[in-house]
Parts: sequence; structure tokens; C-alpha cells
Amino acid sequence: MAIFLTKDSKVIVQGMTGATGMKHTTLMLADGTNIVGGVNPRKAGTSVTFDQGDVPVFGSVKEAMEATGADVTVIFVPEKFTKDAVVEAIEAEIPLAVVITEGVAVHDSAAFWALAQAKGNKTRIIGPNCPGLITPGQSNAGIIPGDITKPGRIGLVSKSGTLTYQMMYELRDIGFSSAVGIGGDPIIGTTHIDALAAFEADPDTDLIVMIGEIGGDAEERAAAFIEKNVTKPVVGYVAGFTAPEGKTMGHAGAIVSGSSGTAQAKKEALEAAGVKVGKTPSETARLARAILAG
Amino acid sequence: MDLFEYQARDLFAKHGVPVLAGEVIDTPEAARAVAERLGGRAVVKAQVKVGGRGKAGGVKLAADPADAVAKADAILGMDIKGHTVHKVMLAETADIKEEYYVSFLLDRTNRTFLAMASVQGGVEIEVVAEENPDALARVPVDALEGVTAEKAAEIVAAAKFPADIADQVASVLQQLWTVFVKEDALLVEVNPLVKTGEGKIVALDGKVSLDENAAFRQPEHEALEDKAAANPLEAKAKAKGLNYVKLEGEVGIIGNGAGLVMSTLDVVAYAGEAHGGVKPANFLDIGGGASAEVMANGLEIILGDPDVKSVFVNVFGGITACDEVANGIVQALELLKSKGENVTKPLVVRLDGNNAELGRKILSDANHPLVQRVDTMDGAADKAAELAAK
Repeated sequence: MAIFLTKDSKVIVQGMTGATGMKHTTLMLADGTNIVGGVNPRKAGTSVTFDQGDVPVFGSVKEAMEATGADVTVIFVPEKFTKDAVVEAIEAEIPLAVVITEGVAVHDSAAFWALAQAKGNKTRIIGPNCPGLITPGQSNAGIIPGDITKPGRIGLVSKSGTLTYQMMYELRDIGFSSAVGIGGDPIIGTTHIDALAAFEADPDTDLIVMIGEIGGDAEERAAAFIEKNVTKPVVGYVAGFTAPEGKTMGHAGAIVSGSSGTAQAKKEALEAAGVKVGKTPSETARLARAILAG
Repeated sequence: MDLFEYQARDLFAKHGVPVLAGEVIDTPEAARAVAERLGGRAVVKAQVKVGGRGKAGGVKLAADPADAVAKADAILGMDIKGHTVHKVMLAETADIKEEYYVSFLLDRTNRTFLAMASVQGGVEIEVVAEENPDALARVPVDALEGVTAEKAAEIVAAAKFPADIADQVASVLQQLWTVFVKEDALLVEVNPLVKTGEGKIVALDGKVSLDENAAFRQPEHEALEDKAAANPLEAKAKAKGLNYVKLEGEVGIIGNGAGLVMSTLDVVAYAGEAHGGVKPANFLDIGGGASAEVMANGLEIILGDPDVKSVFVNVFGGITACDEVANGIVQALELLKSKGENVTKPLVVRLDGNNAELGRKILSDANHPLVQRVDTMDGAADKAAELAAK
């Protein structure tokens, strides 16, 4: 088991024929991902040769799904075209759409999120502006390096890409069931809560590491969810204690507005819900280690 | 990006929202001609991106053009909550009968948009929300449907606007929604929205915040940026395409990835507690690539900050290999030297992840007198803080 992505996942890549798409398709294939197609209406009918073999290019997500039974799409198209790409994925009712693209306009994210809702949530969206997710040893849908760690029993959910990598590295000897980078934009598809619920239900996950950062109230809501619904141990980390008010810290959503969205408030909410929160990524890893050691 | 009132007013006017005539000036003498054009009497309003300017004396009524010059002179240069007034707007006077509040904003929690409206405008809306929450209507707006005539009527009814102006307010709401969507705004707020003696509805003061991620389809927004107010280092970094925020401490920070850099600032601040309270001097995310050129640009900005006493380069090699990053650092230092920069500040470098061993070896072999390698994030932060405290 794992969450959202397994060895049986059939993955297509929207934007596969672009430079970024090619680079990461190569890496995903090397990690064992079952990539069954690419999507590019201008190159439909062609194929792209990788070390693992030829990957066909389809004219649309729908065509790719019909031809291959794909159930996951990873989206690398530039920000101008991201909304259309996600809308296409939602309309084709693909079960999982992973939106890697950074710099997506908030009105676009709001529109595709509203559409996914209106269509009955048949498509789980991860991102935008995220590194995607990996189930080590099985499949990799996105840009998380596949060689940091091995399969194991820790579940990880994080707003930040590099902190995802850092945490996987810190706990590389233990390994991960799945690691999900949900992105730090103001509007994202899959939230901390969605991943927490999935890890709670996943028999192969023993402990959950949750990484948050300043902005919004997702961590506070996750804390309330943990208190009521999560029986597995959760270890947390929150970045941005030193961020000044009103300044966007890299991620579009990472901003303290007035007194809301502070790291301190998030840490306190998590601790009140029984989550052990580390002061640094390394300390967080030590907390996880101590819990697993009993 | 938050806009000045006059910029918000311009966007309102562009999309048909009723506003009063007004012009923005930056010298007292310019107030005379503007006041004359406005009919003599004018309201002189400080242009600052902070609330409470009225209470601070930043809004004054001028009786005639000469008075407008005097009032503009008094307000220009004023400090309002740490913001210096560089511009004032002269606006037509209005006969205000009632003051209301309306806004559209992003509701992050519910991942949708929200309309807020109240017949108790003209005061800080946070105060209304706190003291009399029933007086502030909150109506979710679907991102796909937007503010239709029905939705506008729903907002008007929820906020209990009087019947005689209900249609006018509803139409202003639709116009404001157009501003919100067409300009890729994250916030469009009118406070107060007023009813004049003639029964007209006018947006008297407005606040707009724009989504910088939408720059690809909003080429006109770049001109709205307040370049004069930006910190010179921030402006320089922006020109080089770097994601940089100036802070107040002494340890310069370079890292890859927004989350890791934020975390680095925190870890340095904690480490600094044991070294006389030194703090991070900046946020700088050089992103995934971290080529020698980007590294050199980043180092140049940070070494050019007189507050910086030491630099902490914190990189986790994900897709990027650490040997490339290490080469980048070595080449960046050479590049700076060849440009005649006298680099004297110590650098602490922590490399982990993809090809970390190779990267560390490159740094060790280069044996640069200013570069120290520390291989854990917490340890490196401590070393950088210690060096900054010296």
C-alpha cells in the first residue's frame, strides 16, 4: 500500500515533450514509474524514445486514458496554459492530477478547483507549484528525487519541496511509505488534511511527518483534524518563524497577514493537538526517530 | 502587490465603478492647478499603503487652491506608521449621507472567493467584524459563476442595504467583480462606499491587491509597482530575477527552495541566540538550478549588504547535484574577484543530498580561505552565527 500512487498507477505526462517534461519523464521512468503516454495535441500520434522504450504521445488526456487506462497525470505545462491543462484533466475525469507548474495565477487555481468540485471531485488535484508525490520503490509522479530514500513506514506531507527532500534525507535509513508535496500556493488541491486522512487509513504507514509553513490556516485546521481523527503518531515542523509580516517568502501563499498565518500560532495549534513539533528539520527527524524506536 | 488608493481608483474607473474625480501629485505647488480643475475645494489625501491615515492627519479638506497647496505641503513628507508620504491625491469633495463597506477577496480556507458587505462602513471593518459580526455579511462567490445579477442581489440582501439604493449597489458590486477578475486581484475593497446627497453610490476609498503570479497576462501591472519604496538591495535582486527579501540581521542567507530558505532563517535565528542574538539578514531563494551565474548574482547581492557579517549557503541537492552547486560557489567567488569585488566576509557552506560527497570534495580542494564547510544544517547555522557575532 501507499497513498494516492502505487506501482499499478498508469501515469501520463501533460507537457512531456517540453524541456522540463522530457527531463523529468526520464527521471520518473528511471524510478520505475509506469509512464504510459504523453499529451501534446500538436504531436499526437508520434512517440518519444526513452531508455525504457518508446512512450506514445496523445492528442488529449481523454484519448490517452482511453488508449492506455491511465489514472494519473503529471502536468508540466507553462503557467499560461496550466489552467487549460488541468481543466482538460478534470473533464476527462482522470483520478489524479499532479500540477507541478509554479507561478499559476490564483484565479486560475480557483477556477480549476471550483470545476473539480462541480464535477463531483472525481479528480484529486495535487498542487499547483508542488514537487508531486513519490511512493519509493513503486512510482514517482513529479520531481522529487527518487534516490534520496527507500520504501519504509513513514508518511510525509509537506508544503515545501526542498523541505520534503531534506526530511526524506534525514530519515533515509528508515524509509517512507509515500511522500506528498502539496505546494505552498494560496489555493491548492490536496491539503494536509487529505494526506493525513489517507496516511491514517494506510496500513503501511506507522508515523506521519507533517511540514507546514507560514500563511493561511491549513496547519491549524490540520491540527483540529489530527485531534479528532488521527490515531497514528504525527511529528510536525513549521517554517517561517522569522518571516516579517506582509512579505511573501518565496511561495505565493507564504505570507503573514496581520496576526494570522504565523508559524508560532501553527506550532501551538499542532502541539495542542498532541503533535510533537521540532524546532529545526533535524530535530523533527530526531523526534520521529524517537517515536519509532518506542 | 498592494496598490495605492489612487491606483485602485484608476482601476475602478477603468472598469466603470463610480468614483470621484481626482489627481495624484508629489509636490505641494502642483496642488493649486489640480484644485482649480476640481472646482476649488478638494480633499487632500496621503497616499500610503497603511490603514488609519485619517486619524494620523493624512486626510485634510482644502477650502480653495491656496489652501490645497498648504494642506499638500503639510501632508507630503509626513510619517504615517513608518510610511513616508511621497504622494497625495486631490479628490473632489462629496456630500456624504451614508457610508457602507463592500469587498471581494480570496477565501483561502474554503478555496473560493468571498464577498463581504456591510451598511456600517467608514470604520475599520475588522472592528465591525469583531464588535458586531452580524453587521458584516459574508457571501461565498463561486469562481466559475462569478457575481451574476442574482449573486449581487443576494449580497445586497444579506448586508441589508436600503431598498432605495439596492439596485445601484448591486450594479457597483458587479463592476467591482469585473475589477477583481479582469485585473487578477486578490482583494478589491471599497471603504467607504458612500451614498451622496443626490442619492448616488460612489466608491470613495479603495484598496486593491494584485496577484503577481498573473503577471504573464497583466503586462500593465508592472507599472503599478512602487519601485521607489523598494529596498535598493531588493530592487537589485529583482532586476536579476532573484527571490530576495531584506531582513534586519547579520547572517546573509542563500538557499534553494522557499521552504528550505525559510527554515534556514529560523535555524540561524535559533543558533544566533547563543551568539549575542545575531539574526538572518535576508531571505534569498536561488531556486532549483543554482548555476554558477545565479550563485554569483546571489552572492553579489548579499555581499553588497553592509549589514552582513557572514554568509550561510544552505543547499539541499534534489534534482540539482551538489557538485554543480559547489562548482557554482567556487566559480562565483572567482567571478566576483574578476569583477574587482573585494570579498572579505566568511562563507559557511552546507551541502547535502544528491552528489553531496563530490560537492564537498570540490569545496575542500578549492580550499578558498573564506569558505568553511559544515555538513549539517544546524551545525552550519551555528558556525555562521558565531562568525557573524565576531
